Amino acid sequence: MSNPLVEARQVIKRYGNVEVLRGVDFTVQQGEVACLIGPSGSGKSTFLRCINHLEKIDGGTLTVGGDFIGYRQQGNKLHELRENEIAAKREKIGMVFQRFNLFAHKTALENVIEAPIVVKGEKRQEAMEHARSLLARVGLSHRVDAYPAELSGGQQQRVAIARALAMRPELMLFDEPTSALDPELVGEVLDVMRDLARDGMTMIVVTHEMGFAREVGKTIAFMDEGVVVEHGTPERLFTAPRHPRTRAFLSKVLKA
Amino acid sequence: MTDTDTPSAETATPIRPVPAPAPDFVVVPARHPGRWVVIAVIAVIAAVVLRSVIINPNFQWTVVGHYIFADIILMGLLTTLWLTAIAMLLGVVLGVIVAVMRISDNPIISSAAQFFLWFFRGTPVLVQLIFWYNLAALYPNYAIGIPFLAPHLLHGSVNDLITPYTAAILGLGLNEAAYMAEIVRAGIMSVDGGQAEAARALGMKRITAMRRIILPQAMRFIVPPTGNETIGMLKTTSIVSVIALSDLLYSAQTIYSRTFQTIPLLLVACIWYLGVTSLLSTVQSRIEHRFSRGHIRRSR
Ligand SMILES: Nc1ncnc2c1ncn2[C@@H]1O[C@H](COP(=O)(O)OP(=O)(O)OP(=O)(O)O)[C@@H](O)[C@H]1O
Ligand SMILES: [Mg+2]
Repeated sequence: MSNPLVEARQVIKRYGNVEVLRGVDFTVQQGEVACLIGPSGSGKSTFLRCINHLEKIDGGTLTVGGDFIGYRQQGNKLHELRENEIAAKREKIGMVFQRFNLFAHKTALENVIEAPIVVKGEKRQEAMEHARSLLARVGLSHRVDAYPAELSGGQQQRVAIARALAMRPELMLFDEPTSALDPELVGEVLDVMRDLARDGMTMIVVTHEMGFAREVGKTIAFMDEGVVVEHGTPERLFTAPRHPRTRAFLSKVLKA
Repeated sequence: MTDTDTPSAETATPIRPVPAPAPDFVVVPARHPGRWVVIAVIAVIAAVVLRSVIINPNFQWTVVGHYIFADIILMGLLTTLWLTAIAMLLGVVLGVIVAVMRISDNPIISSAAQFFLWFFRGTPVLVQLIFWYNLAALYPNYAIGIPFLAPHLLHGSVNDLITPYTAAILGLGLNEAAYMAEIVRAGIMSVDGGQAEAARALGMKRITAMRRIILPQAMRFIVPPTGNETIGMLKTTSIVSVIALSDLLYSAQTIYSRTFQTIPLLLVACIWYLGVTSLLSTVQSRIEHRFSRGHIRRSR
């Protein structure tokens, strides 16, 4: 149980004068699914983006697999990495966005093979085979040649998951992957994520789907106003929330 | 998950309702009497203009016919064409570089790009052209080399370097680059920010994301105005006649300065300019169609 893949200590992030993350503590063990819940504006997306260094942190430490993202440790000094060195570290961390962000000028298959070819230098043939198997895994074998605009939201999000998996990540970040979907399409995306979790993928999922968090999450962290207010197992957090703010939030979302 | 347990949304066959039988109505198309009036007016005007163009002897159509395929005119046309091509090429390549510099995080790089835009958009292209042509007055000699060590590896007189050709290419190309840079920048800005973010999250370097993801999508916004710029450039090249470069217009001018058949020779030039711009418009619409990949398919 003492093999943390992601370890955040007192992470601080500011936009100008506004402190958006005010000392976030958070750990995720290897092979675990951690769900992040909390009201809008509490800093969930910001924290997720700090993990793969789409945003730079202003304080605290954040490690993935023991590596400081964005820095090289040398004794007690942290040397800031250059943009291209950071880019290389992001390879190992997949990210799935609320608005899918599929490359609009590329077909589903081209979306999936793009990064393996141009970032990792995989051979085209190899990348295509891997991509086809990933698209089959998310149930889209029959749509490999479709452009994103020709796919439903649920299908687009499944392609986006396949695209992230194509880099063989050791960690997957999901930022409200079902929030932009029509209700009847939510299930197909959650099914794919459930399947991933069963395979032992380490995942951090920001979600409003309390049912999913409860069922698949190993731990749940509740964020509010830039800090993790409370975390624990789903059973504990949902049935006996300790903090008044957690209680207030849960009573609101579970009633709806 | 395998293909067989694909989520139900895709496998379910839609239930088609039986179409209702069409009742026996006759559809009467709408009438547009106003249109016929407009058509009649336009037809009359066209007839009057056409008649005068044909009958007025001052147009001297036989002279036009005599010169339209003359060697000197065709050579001039060729010069106009390659000058347009090279100036546009320089404009596009440099324009992309300046546009990318302009949106750089580095304030020095971005300021340099802004200075370029400020200078080349702020002065008339005709002035720039004459300026380049007379560069030798400013710097009579040039030397390229390694500063302090071997400063004169390559050297000579600027007058030999700046021919009408190089002056024309520099003048037109650099000016075009400033306009293209703004077009490219607007194109890049039109691409959704999520695209760059997804590319970065996949581990792409900035420059790779720009080349593979952003620019190809920006092309949809860049191509149409670039087509217009090319057509504009074809006509703008006619100003090189002031530095005695024998383009299409200058060739026509050389002839009529001898024969005084000004109007018919200008007509010859116009016919060629019109012919090429029409051709370019056709090519433009083909290319636009190609670059809308992934975008218009939904509506088809
Ligand atoms: N680029 C930015 N510049 C300035 N402020 C920002 C920026 N991005 C986010 N913020 C602010 O940071 C705070 C946290 O935003 P964040 O998107 O992380 O919240 P969230 O918990 O993901 O909310 P939601 O559930 O609505 O997605 C918000 O107050 C937001 O306005
Ligand atoms: Mg968010």
